[in-house]
Formats: sequence, C-alpha cells, structure tokens
Amino acid sequence: MNITRDEIRSLKETALKVREHIIRMSSGGGCFAGASLSCADIIVYLYGKYLNIKPENLNDPSRDYLFLSKGHDVPALYATLAEFGFIKKERLNNHLKASDNIYWHPNISVAGVEFHSGSLGHLLSVASGVAMDCKLKKAHNKVVVILGDGELNEGSIWEAMLVASAYKLDNLVAVVDRNHFQANMETEKLIPLEPLEDKFESFGFAVATINGHSFTELHHIFSQIPFEKDKPSVIIADTVRGKGLPSIEARADRWFCNFSSYEVQMLLEELRGNQKADIKSETLIVR
Amino acid sequence: MTYEIFLKNLVKLDSRFIVITAENRAAIRNLPEEIGENFIDTGITEQTMIGMACGLALRGRIPVCHALASFLTMRAYEFIRTDVGIAGLPVKLVGYVPGFLSEANGPTHQAIEDISLMRVIPGMKIFCPSDEEDMLIGLEKVLTSSSPYYIRFNNLKPVVKHNTNFTEGKAEVISWGSDITVLTYGTLLRQAYEAMIILESEGLSVRLINLRTLKPIDEELIISSAEETKLIVSIEDHFLSGGLYSILGEMFLRHRLNIDVLPIALKGKWFKPLLIRELLEYEKFTGRDMAINILKFYQNCFDEIKIRSMI
Repeated sequence: MNITRDEIRSLKETALKVREHIIRMSSGGGCFAGASLSCADIIVYLYGKYLNIKPENLNDPSRDYLFLSKGHDVPALYATLAEFGFIKKERLNNHLKASDNIYWHPNISVAGVEFHSGSLGHLLSVASGVAMDCKLKKAHNKVVVILGDGELNEGSIWEAMLVASAYKLDNLVAVVDRNHFQANMETEKLIPLEPLEDKFESFGFAVATINGHSFTELHHIFSQIPFEKDKPSVIIADTVRGKGLPSIEARADRWFCNFSSYEVQMLLEELRGNQKADIKSETLIVR
Repeated sequence: MTYEIFLKNLVKLDSRFIVITAENRAAIRNLPEEIGENFIDTGITEQTMIGMACGLALRGRIPVCHALASFLTMRAYEFIRTDVGIAGLPVKLVGYVPGFLSEANGPTHQAIEDISLMRVIPGMKIFCPSDEEDMLIGLEKVLTSSSPYYIRFNNLKPVVKHNTNFTEGKAEVISWGSDITVLTYGTLLRQAYEAMIILESEGLSVRLINLRTLKPIDEELIISSAEETKLIVSIEDHFLSGGLYSILGEMFLRHRLNIDVLPIALKGKWFKPLLIRELLEYEKFTGRDMAINILKFYQNCFDEIKIRSMI
C-alpha cells in the first residue's frame, strides 16, 4: 500500500483543519487541547488512509475499528469525524451545549465513536475483545486503540497486554501518543516509563517507535502491521503536546485550556505560522 | 442437568454465547473441551475479562463471565459500572461463592456487599437463585435477556420443589401464610424454610417468599404482603446496608408504609470464616436462630404469643 505526495498533502490539509477545530473548541468552557493536538496527525492518518471506516459502513461487521482509550483527546476525534463526513462540521459548535452530547470525553451516540472512554486504562481490553471476536470468526478487521503515555500508569493496561499477547491477537494495534506528559508534569519526572520499548517487548508485543507527526513515517510503519505473526503490535508515536502552537507546545501548565475568543483568533494565526499568540488565560485548570 | 451442561447446550445452540472466566473454573471445568473456542480464560484479570467481554458484546456476542463474586464485583467494579453499565451491554456476570458460600476463605473473599454495588448501576439486573435447580429454571431467560445481569451463583441442592415458571421481577411463594412474611434470596432459603417450620409449630402462619430477582424485584407481592401480614422479615447473607433490607426501606418509604420489619443480615462486620454449618451456627443464622429472633420480635410488636418449647 503506497502513499502518494498528493495524499500526504491532503492529510496535512485535513490535519490543519482538525487543529483549527480543536483550537475553537478550546474556548467557551475549553477542552484538553494539548493532548488533542498531539494525536491529531495520528487520528487523521488512521481515518484518512489506513482504516476502512467510513460513514456509510459503520454497521458493516467487516469494517475496521479505532478505539480512543485516552478519551480526553476527543476534540481531535470529533474534528476528524467532521472532516471525513461522519458528523456535520457545524455540530462541533455544539461543544458543551445541552442540546448535544459533545463534551470533554467521547460519547457513543456520536457517529464514528466506537465506545465511550474517559476513565483511563479501559479500552485496550475492550479492543482486545473486539480483536478476539474477529480472530474467532477468521475475519480480517484491523483493530487499533490509541493510548496515552500517562495512561500507561494504569495497571489494567499491562494486564490487558498479558492477555492480548497470550491470545496472539496480531490483529490488534496499540498506538501510544507519546507526548511525554501526563496531566500535570512530564512522565519521566513523575512515573518514568522508559525504557518503554523494552517493557512492551517483554509483555509480548512487537514494537516500533516513529515520529507521530510524520505521515510518511506513520504510513511506512502501519504498512508493516502485523510486525510479527501471532504478536499484537504497539507503535510508540513520538509526539509533542500542543503540536502546532509554539506558545503552548510541551508546556506542563497547558493541560486543560479555556481561551478567550481573542486568544483563539491569535492561536489560529499562530497555527498558520504567523505571529506567536500572547496568552493571558489562566493555566493549569485541572479537570 | 447441571450448570455446566446447561451452558454447554446453550453454546451449542447459539454460538453468540461466549463463556469467559478470570481463571475461576470450579463450576465449568469441562467446558474448554466441550465448547472449544467459545471458552476464554483471561487468567487472574477481572478487569481485563470485563473489558474484553464488552468488546465481544460490541461484536454481537453474549459473554457469560465467571469470577469469584468478591473479585468480580469489587476488583472490576469500575469496568462493570463504566463499560458494561454505561453502554448497557448484555454482559452476564456470574459471581461464584457469594455471601456465606465463601465459607472459610476469610473476609477477602466475602461478597456481602455485591447486591449493594450491583443494584446502583442503572440497567443492571440481579438474579439470586436459592439452589442449582432454581438457577437453571431462571437461567435461560436471564442469559437471553438484552440486559446486563449479575447472577449470585448457587449450586446447592434444593430443599423445596420449585415453581418452574420464571419471570424476572416475579418472586416464588413457597407458602402463603397470613401472620409473618419472610422475604429471602439465595443460600438462606433453606434456613428460612426451617425457621418457617418452627414458627408454624408455634402456631404462626408464615408467608415464605423466595425473591429470585432482586432487580427488578416483585414489588407488587411485597407491598400486598406488607398489607396482608403483620410483620416483614428480611433474611440475607449480605451486609445490612445496601441489600434487601435497604431495598425494602426505599420501597416502603415510596409507598408511605410504616410497618415493622425485622432484618436478619450481617450487621457491620465480616463473618467468621468457617465451613458453612459451623459458620451458620457461629453467626446465628440457623433456622432455629432465625425462628427465635422472629418470635421475639413478633412478641415485642404484638405481645400476643407465648413461646412454648424453644426458649
């Protein structure tokens, strides 16, 4: 499966629009913008190229699956679903409105959402159940689950890895959005994860690490799934929290963002490579 | 027919059923051979078992999950509440050795708050059979229901002949008395039955009810019994808080009923780990203990009966 320059250009354009949506959702109550921006390229790539999930095949048992285990990055998912026609783009304006179900974590009533999440450490096992059923039916669905790196603190992740490995679920792919932060601080300063590849390998997964913002690298690595027969795969996607906005990139205090509408305009400019935004909104609102 | 054979037949008839266990095979030891790929053992991982069960259910399967009742309902509680409960998936949770059936295992293994935990989950239903026959009578409807279900597993031998009609939310009346209503579920039906015989020998007429499902519960029968008899007794191998006694409290408050209720339950402490016979004696849950308690309470309330032979 090749990827053309035009396809890469198109994915980049979509990712830019997704980031714009995320920035707009970071106002009027806000959202977890940094963690959404870090995995935006991964989600756009998966829906735009790798996975067979379309608005018209959601009821088809042979389609693929994408589970968002780090549910607080849902703005990236909703924005991608809007860009690919699963939901109307105008619906993103319903963020935090009582008339809709668009809030800080995924709601299963939104077309394209596989399962709700928000409590960390749940969906690797749920995705394993889906992968197990596909295996039993000798079906060829791909099952991808996006995990946060902070989420790897949860014991249930490692429990599910033991089981997925025992049952040789090589149709299961975990993608770690390795943005190096958990809610309040850097992962390595709180609960160090490294050497992460070694940990995954010792749990029976086949591992690769890539730049999670490069569509070329994403495509190159996903084309090799499963890395090894009879082993589930894990891709450590090295990313930057807040990617695209230098004024909030990799800042520990930009976990939950609630910007003023003026700041949103400045951030949209910053995203397009213009002047850096001058952010005055309070920081470190922990939700 | 045993539980195991029932499951084997069910899976052979309908391959949507998947038997899944967190290495709790005591009641289903022969199933791996019998049903092959429809048997999954996730090892000692209650959370992963529930998560996987949800994934299987998303694909149209009906997972029947087995683990010790205490670990199932407590270690995996958030997975049950969040993944099974919020999505309302038809995942069936079979809690092994609930209540007094954990015998001498000790407090770590005592599921005596399981009803309390399960019943607050919206959409979760609860089936508490009194023995294997009672369980098998209800199981087909419980397992084919589109709801999530918690089943307090019970494979004791029956002490009464059961009504073979099972409807969720409908209790089984063992005897229609008019003085005292005894409400119970699960294991303690046999002790409640013994208590009934003693009470009747004392000249009291006892309405003994095997509730079968606690959620939904047979509210109509309980309310009419509260109106038609003089005293309600609730008997359960569960903490006093959150189980049947609490369910009755909520129900009677809703109906503005001000009536006498005697709870026989575990009052704020774990029980002494012993084999069931010694345990019932130690904790004063024998039929005789129950009868004495009930008689005393009845006498306090109504002062119209002399206890003849017992005390």
